Amino acid sequence: MPLTPAQTLASIAVMAVVTFLTRALPFILFDRGDHPPKLVLYLGKVLPPAIIAMLIVYCFRGVSFAAPSGWLPALAAGLAAVLLHLWKGNDLISIFGATVFYMVLVQGVFG
Amino acid sequence: MNRKTLAAAFPVTIPVLMGYLAIGMAFGLMLQSIGYGPLWALLMSLTIYAGSGQYLGVALLAAGAPLAHVAFMTLMVNFRHLVYGLSLLEKFHGMGARKLYMIFSLTDETYALLSSAKAPEGVEEHDFFFLVALLDQSYWIAGSVLGAVLGAALDFDTTGVDFAMTALFLVIAVGQWKSAGSHLPALLGGAATLVSLLLVGAEDMLLPALGIIVAALTLLRPRLDKKSVRREEGTVCP
Repeated sequence: MPLTPAQTLASIAVMAVVTFLTRALPFILFDRGDHPPKLVLYLGKVLPPAIIAMLIVYCFRGVSFAAPSGWLPALAAGLAAVLLHLWKGNDLISIFGATVFYMVLVQGVFG
Repeated sequence: MNRKTLAAAFPVTIPVLMGYLAIGMAFGLMLQSIGYGPLWALLMSLTIYAGSGQYLGVALLAAGAPLAHVAFMTLMVNFRHLVYGLSLLEKFHGMGARKLYMIFSLTDETYALLSSAKAPEGVEEHDFFFLVALLDQSYWIAGSVLGAVLGAALDFDTTGVDFAMTALFLVIAVGQWKSAGSHLPALLGGAATLVSLLLVGAEDMLLPALGIIVAALTLLRPRLDKKSVRREEGTVCP
């Protein structure tokens, strides 16, 4: 908890306002029947998969190849999430299964 | 708003009930693991109400990120919401003051329910939409507070619980990959971020990565716009 309560409140307020704005912007801009620019529609379609891929790489930024404990748990649990999802197609099973697997690896096996 | 509306709306939201309780609990646990209790979980789920956004929020709070960084990251992870609104302009028309709440509560799941579900005969459509949105958020709040309470009460080792965020993004990516007309945007996003990580390091990797992604996608538009890149979100994160 590196932030003071006031700083935390400010961070939460920023998250809340920005999140609301991303949801409200189409209504602010186009609710009077104007058509959104084609470039906006195009980026709205192609950006989400690119951003999710960006965030996945971001999540793995901490891996280190100095020792197996630095990369093996994350890689194995990541693979588990993908395989579970391809197999069962159930979000909860995939997310919980992979997270529990990861926790067992970092706490038990490599802990 | 009456019992008939509730009887129509509740069954529609049951899948979201199970999903939000579980994913919300994981959020509450993560938040608890960095030192924030149930009241903070309640506040965040009440005012932000975004699954992947709040997961990322935990990481930002843990890192003590500056506000500009918080704003930028929140914008990035929620960018897809821009698209949701575009397809619901018509449906929310004439909802009056409740429209503000409908826009605020437009998560992935609520969007999915609202764009497919129809109010049954004899139930006012706008009441039905409003109740679906309201029920969904109440599940999310319940799950996240429960997670934070459990995290505080059952003194167990939560090391590694933050992997839930990685798993969530991976699950969304698998869903997008399966339904995408072209895999180029996803591959480009990963490659650009990797390049950025190697060039500028883990601290400042996201802004350059995003710059490359937007520039490259804009340049690739003649090629990508023809393929029908269907937009399909993962089903978990609000």
